[in-house]
Amino acid sequence: MSGDPAVDDLVAALGEALAPDRVRHDGAERALLSRDASVFEGGVAGPVCFPVSTSEVQAIMRIAAAGGHNVVPRGAGTGLAGGAIPLGAPIVVSTTRMNRILDVDVDDRIAWVEPGVVNLDLSRHLGPLGFHFAPDPSSQQVCTIGGNVANNSGGPHCLAEGVTNAHVRAIEVVLPDGEVAMLGGLDAEPLGYDLRGVFVGGEGTLGIATRIAVTITPNPPAVRTLLLSFAEVVDAANTVSAVIAAGCVPAAMEVMDQRITVAVERYVGAGYPTDAAAVLLAEVDGLAHGVDHDAETIATIGRANGATDVRLAANDDERALLWKGRKTAFGAIAQIAPDYYLHDTVVPRSKLADVLEQVYAIADRHELLVMNVFHAGDGNLHPLLIFDAREPGVLERVHLAGAEIITASLDAGGVLSGEHGIGVEKQQYMDRLFTDDDLDHQDRLRRAFDPTCRANPGKVLPVGHSCADIQSLRAVPTGVWG
Amino acid sequence: MAATLASADPVLADFAEQVGAEGPVAVEGGRTRWLVGGAPPPDVRTVRAPAGIVEYAPEEMTVRVRAGTTVAELDAELSSRGQRTPLPDRGGTVGGALAVGENHPGLLGRGRVRSSLLQVRYVSADGVLVNGGGPTVKNVTGFDLPRLMVGSLGTLGLLAEVILRTEPNPAVSQWVVSDDADPFAVRHVLLRPGAVLWDGGRTWALLEGQADDVASERAAIAVHGTFTDGDGWPELPPHRWSLTPSGLRDIGAHATGRFVAVVGAGLVFAAEPQPSRILDPAARTVGERLKRNFDPDGRLNPGRDPAAR
Repeated sequence: MSGDPAVDDLVAALGEALAPDRVRHDGAERALLSRDASVFEGGVAGPVCFPVSTSEVQAIMRIAAAGGHNVVPRGAGTGLAGGAIPLGAPIVVSTTRMNRILDVDVDDRIAWVEPGVVNLDLSRHLGPLGFHFAPDPSSQQVCTIGGNVANNSGGPHCLAEGVTNAHVRAIEVVLPDGEVAMLGGLDAEPLGYDLRGVFVGGEGTLGIATRIAVTITPNPPAVRTLLLSFAEVVDAANTVSAVIAAGCVPAAMEVMDQRITVAVERYVGAGYPTDAAAVLLAEVDGLAHGVDHDAETIATIGRANGATDVRLAANDDERALLWKGRKTAFGAIAQIAPDYYLHDTVVPRSKLADVLEQVYAIADRHELLVMNVFHAGDGNLHPLLIFDAREPGVLERVHLAGAEIITASLDAGGVLSGEHGIGVEKQQYMDRLFTDDDLDHQDRLRRAFDPTCRANPGKVLPVGHSCADIQSLRAVPTGVWG
Repeated sequence: MAATLASADPVLADFAEQVGAEGPVAVEGGRTRWLVGGAPPPDVRTVRAPAGIVEYAPEEMTVRVRAGTTVAELDAELSSRGQRTPLPDRGGTVGGALAVGENHPGLLGRGRVRSSLLQVRYVSADGVLVNGGGPTVKNVTGFDLPRLMVGSLGTLGLLAEVILRTEPNPAVSQWVVSDDADPFAVRHVLLRPGAVLWDGGRTWALLEGQADDVASERAAIAVHGTFTDGDGWPELPPHRWSLTPSGLRDIGAHATGRFVAVVGAGLVFAAEPQPSRILDPAARTVGERLKRNFDPDGRLNPGRDPAAR
């Protein structure tokens, strides 16, 4: 019992609609779900629900609508922009119990999944059929497909194949008013506005996905993975630009600087050279001759841009190890300092080298350690500011450096986020990229799904735009940076 | 950003002024799909979006183009640098192709129109220029106005200028034709074909990639039929059907008349029109709210409805 009769009534109503043991209001559960993987604090969860079906999500939404309660959906909580942080003690809907792979159809090249299915579990399930799910965020061992949909997630292998939006065909959604809508369809050109496309990346503000039809991608018959070493980070960045300019679109092109490779080598021993200023991990896949041709193109361009070594993974084990290094990079940081702040901006590929130099200079100015590991092929930068939060004043410096990195990216013609989203992290920067009219139209879009602004309110749009401007929330994010 | 877009580009500002803020207005491109989703009243005032390729950056694989540019002009510019987009060329404009949203019959190789739009600038019902999306190939900054505009038939805003993602042309494109192949087996064998088409008897496949790979894929599909060299796209019947890829197996159950189906996509070109489709009621309600929120007076392209095509 909470001591508040209204809250007790709400918990009881939700418990009756689901099952009492799948509605929690104890301190531990609420504390656990008050944060996500970002640095942001200040969330306060209300009752936490674990529905197992569309009809249960619908029941939650109806109870919320009737009582005027806000609802925040949540997958694995791996988001880095604070999108899943509950503001103002809303009902939290965890989709983790909705984790069934419902159907796989090879003719239609789709899998119907529930939102709580873990990204990598889907690809493992599809493996024996010769398919996989293309988006592969670094958190793919734990993040969910529902979360991927909410954030329009990317990953190293989204360079050629596209991010989540390109891999979602239809979504069953419970709208904030409790109605169930099917957005998109498996047919070639579904009727109506592309609500499917709009819902993907909606950061939980447009409703809750309960079933998702994702495109399954055939496993390529041939793969070549190259590791190129460089004496200068800019040489790696210039190689990436030149490869794309040559009309070659690899499956993935990832750059890691020396600080990262050294940390990774200590952590998992992936076989990266620790004496190179940067490495470029490039992968091409497809048919045998094409991949050989593309691998040769990348090697040639790399050497022309100063690569000191070009290595081709000799076999699947070596390839897997190289990727293990890349995907555990963030875990490897823990050996260096207890805290990190991972940024996410995108710049035109031709500006990569220039913006990277600025990122290093910004970190130096603020006496911070910065590491760079990023989706170079997309121009998607991921500067990692590494620090120990116990050091007095360090958070302010991290914050200032982050703001300067964002400014440098925008000045280069870039955007605020490539794959992490806006959440609460970058709301205050939205007016740097968009006019009031632009933001007003984004708000109109959002309100078509959620006229009363009860789905994950206080996110994405900056204060001053209606759905971000709910009075009851304003006192809450005081613990949030910015 | 205090300045409005209108002040930044006089050509777009002029278009916004033409659209104005009052009275019904329809936008005219090449009129190649004038009746899709319903026709505007015959006496409606019409405007034309500005034309011209503003900035083409082949090394970024992006092109900024004004909506009134013909797809043919865009294609000519892109092909001079060995690139292409998913937009179909039917004699119309870039803005028209995006607003209608219909895919190229080669969508297996080129991708979908809806995935190619990175940034959109449109004139709102208030006569104001609005910007959505961004210039980079990857972007999740805010709500996705570009996706909303594709296929919206100009009912939410009139497209003025866009940035599209381009792709390199394949090194080799080779058509092959068979009168005894199983098109579904052929599609399954091919990794990334440009197209697999089927008219109930004949199968056309567009093989794309490096020459040696095209040769080996051709050898691989020979198991499923006798193929000879083809000479391009077959004539496509006038009406468009939207089925599921697996639904093509039962296409005989539909009154299509002569048809050419895009195997693997479910798109069908047929002699007879597709019977009316029914949109999910809750999705229809959201669509109606979108229209009210973006164009409360119903002045943009009156008579058109993306849910009634």
